[in-house]
Formats: sequence, C-alpha cells, structure tokens
Amino acid sequence: MPIQYYIYLCLALFSIGVIGVLTRRNAIVVFMCIELMLNAVNLLLVAFSKMFHGYALAQNATSTTGIDAQIFVFFIMVVAAAEVSVGLAIIVMMYRNTHSVDINFLNRLKN
Amino acid sequence: MSIIEVLFFALSAFAIGSAIMVLVSKNPIHSVLWLILVFFAISGHYILLNAQFLAIVNIIVYAGAIMVLFLFVIMLINVKKDSEPQKQFLVKLLGVVAGGSFLTLLVALVKQTAQIQGRTLLMKDGVIGLIHPLGKALFNEYVVPFEISSVLFLSAMVGAVIIGKK
Repeated sequence: MPIQYYIYLCLALFSIGVIGVLTRRNAIVVFMCIELMLNAVNLLLVAFSKMFHGYALAQNATSTTGIDAQIFVFFIMVVAAAEVSVGLAIIVMMYRNTHSVDINFLNRLKN
Repeated sequence: MSIIEVLFFALSAFAIGSAIMVLVSKNPIHSVLWLILVFFAISGHYILLNAQFLAIVNIIVYAGAIMVLFLFVIMLINVKKDSEPQKQFLVKLLGVVAGGSFLTLLVALVKQTAQIQGRTLLMKDGVIGLIHPLGKALFNEYVVPFEISSVLFLSAMVGAVIIGKK
C-alpha cells in the first residue's frame, strides 16, 4: 500500500476538522472537531511508523524501528484525555455564566 | 485489488463520510455519535496496520471515555438545538473555502515531495504494534514520560474540579 493513500486520507480528515472549527459556532462541536484533527495526526504517525519499520525490517530482522511513533501516539491520547477534561469543565463554566455555548459570546474577556 | 485495499477504501470512505456528518448534524448529540463512528473507522485502520494495542486503546479511551464525557456535558447543559441563526451562510462558505484551499495546498505539497514517492507501507507484518514490544519500550526508554503523564493527569483532575466547583 503506498504511503500516499494514508497521507491523503489523513489530510482529508484534518481538513474536515479545520472546516468544522471555522464554521461551527457551538463550542462543543468545535471541541469535537479538534479531537478529529488529533486523530488524523495519530493515524498518520502510525502509518509513517509502519513505513519506516518496513524498511528497517528489510535490513535487520529483529529491528524495532518505528516503535517510538506508536509510543508517541499513546502519549498524544493521554494528553488529549487530560485536555478534554479541562476543556469540558471550562465549557460548563462558560454555560453557567452566559447560558449559552455559542462561541460568539466569547469575544471579550471582561465580564 | 487485494482484500487489504478493499478494506482500506471501505474504511476510508466510512471515516470521511462520518466526519462530514459530524459537521452537518444540527443536533450536537448526533455529532457525538457520528464522531464515535469515525473513531471506530480509525481503529479499523489501526488493526489494518497491525497496531493492535493502539486500536484497542483508541476504542477504550476515545469512544469509551472521552465521547461519554462529551455526551454527559451535552445532556448536562441541555443544548437541544443549535441556536445558530441562518444568516451566517457567508461565514460557512468562507470556512469551507479556507479549509478546501488548505487541503489543496497540502495535497500539492505531498504530490511534489520527493522523499515519499514510491514508498510503501508494511501492512500486516511486523510486531511493533503488539503489546509486548510496546510495553518493553514504554517501561524501559519511556518510563520517565510515562510517570510525568500521571502527574499531568493529576493536575488535569485538580484543574477540572477547581474550574467546575465555583
């Protein structure tokens, strides 16, 4: 399987996430689009890890090249989980203050 | 066309279609459910790449924990419908144009990058995606980041409680 297929798939998913962040006004949906972009990057990291692993395996049959990328993906998932918990707490607090989750109400920091 | 290619294209179409449905759904709960389908498709891609540990972790952490958190918050704050007014057509159009040009730019960049021309992926061979090599790497070379991530979780938990308390 050529690496380009995976790159195009991940670019498409990432761009859909970008379009979502730019067009939607519901803060929760914007946050979900950020998760979508994170997942596109994760998939691309795993694809590149398998690409380099394939070339290293041809030289050395016991090589573990490419394992770092999968550990990276694991840590990205860890950080995303922490980020989501704080972000959703912020959204709940924002709803308590403004009774809305529309991000257009957030154009000022005061009051 | 081999079975792997068929599965790849089916899963890709499923992922992109569900991702588009995340954007066009009016109800945020439907968006969450479509996003769970996207995560299942991405887990299918991980299984296709023989990254079994990440496939399971993706389902457990993303579809099982994070999306449930989203559903909790949506039901807690009770947003029934998007109260988005209809007259922001121009904003949507500009957003789609901006995202489309971003995609075009990156695709053009990939097309003319010399380093990845003719490179192929190892699909089902290789053991680096299994639990045993990943666990050995995680607890030997990456044990310090692993412990630091537990501190990060603790601080995120304290932060979420403090933000949500007042």
